Amino acid sequence: MDMIELNNISKIYNTGTVETVALANISFGIKKGEFVAIMGPSGSGKSTLMHIIGALDVPTNGTYLLDGEAVGKLSDDDLAGIRNRKIGFVFQAFNLLPRTTALKNVMLPMVYGGVEEDKREKRAKELLEMVGLGDRLYHTSSQLSGGQQQRVAIARSLSMNPSIILADEPTGNLASTQGEEIMAIFQDLNEQGHTIIMITHEPDIAEHAKRIIILRDGKIVEDSDGHNQRLVNHKRR
Amino acid sequence: MDFTTLLGSAVEALTLNKLRTALATLGIVIGIGSVIALVSLGQASQKSVESQIQSLGSNLLTVIPGASSSTGGVRGAAGSLTTLTYADAQAIQNSGQVPDVSLVSPELSRRAQVTSGKNNSNVQVVGVVPAYEEVHNISMQSGNFVTQQDVDGMSKVAVIGPQVASDLYGDNSDAIGKTIRISGQSFRVIGVTVSKGGSGFFNQDDIVFIPLLTAQKQIFGESYLSDITLQAKSADVMTAAENEVGYLLLSRHKISNPAQADFTIQSQNDILGAATQVTGTFTALLSGIAAISLLVGGIGIMNIMLVTVTERTREIGLRKSLGAKKKIVIAQFLAESIILTFTGGILGMLLGSTLSFVLSKIISLPFVVSLSSVGLAMGVSAGIGILFGWYPAQKAANLSPIEALRYE
Repeated sequence: MDMIELNNISKIYNTGTVETVALANISFGIKKGEFVAIMGPSGSGKSTLMHIIGALDVPTNGTYLLDGEAVGKLSDDDLAGIRNRKIGFVFQAFNLLPRTTALKNVMLPMVYGGVEEDKREKRAKELLEMVGLGDRLYHTSSQLSGGQQQRVAIARSLSMNPSIILADEPTGNLASTQGEEIMAIFQDLNEQGHTIIMITHEPDIAEHAKRIIILRDGKIVEDSDGHNQRLVNHKRR
Repeated sequence: MDFTTLLGSAVEALTLNKLRTALATLGIVIGIGSVIALVSLGQASQKSVESQIQSLGSNLLTVIPGASSSTGGVRGAAGSLTTLTYADAQAIQNSGQVPDVSLVSPELSRRAQVTSGKNNSNVQVVGVVPAYEEVHNISMQSGNFVTQQDVDGMSKVAVIGPQVASDLYGDNSDAIGKTIRISGQSFRVIGVTVSKGGSGFFNQDDIVFIPLLTAQKQIFGESYLSDITLQAKSADVMTAAENEVGYLLLSRHKISNPAQADFTIQSQNDILGAATQVTGTFTALLSGIAAISLLVGGIGIMNIMLVTVTERTREIGLRKSLGAKKKIVIAQFLAESIILTFTGGILGMLLGSTLSFVLSKIISLPFVVSLSSVGLAMGVSAGIGILFGWYPAQKAANLSPIEALRYE
């Protein structure tokens, strides 16, 4: 059974008189341990797809099974629980709490997940050491570089040991060398068995993934392994 | 999310903008402070009025001429009606029909000009019998009070209050044996009373006592009384005593319908009740005004919390995307507003107590800060935190994580 199963997912925004179809009958599955990049130009529906996969939003039609659990018409609080337990978010803008230490940032999902205080501190320290920030535990966000902040965010995404890591343009706000470092961490995590879904519009970044899904106008136009001609053509578009 | 984490993050959020936090708290400090100060002040003046009325004597009933105003009809000015006589007082004392009254003090009170040499004063002159001394808790500073022989013999002797003594003879000179003139007639001073304090409704020290019959026949030329003060044997028999006196006087005055009585009996409790009611109303009025400032303070808190929610939209979105449920977001923002108002409440309590302490010193009232008003202020301040924090907290909790994360 796939870790993620999307069946005929569609999302229609109804703004008064105009109906906007953001996703039109999308179906695909992602297995445990995959590293998937979702690409597409802006307006292709990739953000909407990410919101649905990330349980931030629910589809208008279709079914979505995450780790065997139906994320259909759930309440806000139930969705919050699913996000907490099953999804680790990494955002383009890092989204760490300002003026808060790296350690506390990594502990935050565990606070909401009801992990005991001494356990969450121990785990947060382990994770920060793993992403190479063992010496920055008590630095606040503003005292860290962009790359370091994103590494804190990755440590945070792992804290509840989620089924998938969902990264939204994780290198978008970083210089290319720092971006490469972040991608190296993702590749390490993937080799350790973590399932990673990454939204990006940069082909260079997408190449790190083992599978690439390309969206256009709310439909999947390509779903393939990372090294094919279409992707090369897609480059420098 | 455990309580200490919640409290810690709330305190952290509040310390980020110290000036704003302080200003928002100030509104509550002033609100709670003024409520406590004014309530204490009101309670203090209530206490002072009570003790003043108690100092007039205990378990007292006062019979005054004239019907009570509620029965309608013509009502003369207080003291001008002529229905009570010395014989009425003697009947109450001697008839045996009024067993629950221990002391009877018929009184005739008028203002008169009192002179001694060149000094001259307009004071209250009261015609009394010896019972007056005990009924009204009079203590003698020097000399003696009026005796029954003085009353029966219509002696021209006077007992003067300390205010009169100092007005006529200066502060320290002994007035005993001196002569004063009341409405042109000479009286020998036989006693000076101890000061009862001159504040309140009338000055109990600016007063001259002379034998009742002397006052009636030689000074004022009338055979009536301005009132009869009665002391009941105990607080428990006040009502019984009131009824007994009522029946006796009705039959003496040949009135069959109690509604048409030509006298009114007031118990001390009535007066106390009336005075307490007045000060109570006054206190309530002041507290009402103070409560308005508390309300304004609460609105200030709400305003700050709304600004905070808007400013922290991204943070709220992040927290929700990381798994914060609605009630946790609500708890976080409520914790912040309750900390604001509760801190304000504690500071306001200190401010209010200090203020009422200083005020009580200045206007020489007893200093009262009741536990109930402190408890109320604490409860109210926490309640205001919940009341005015609720809407902003709801607003925060209902933000969609997608919209919130997108917010710049």
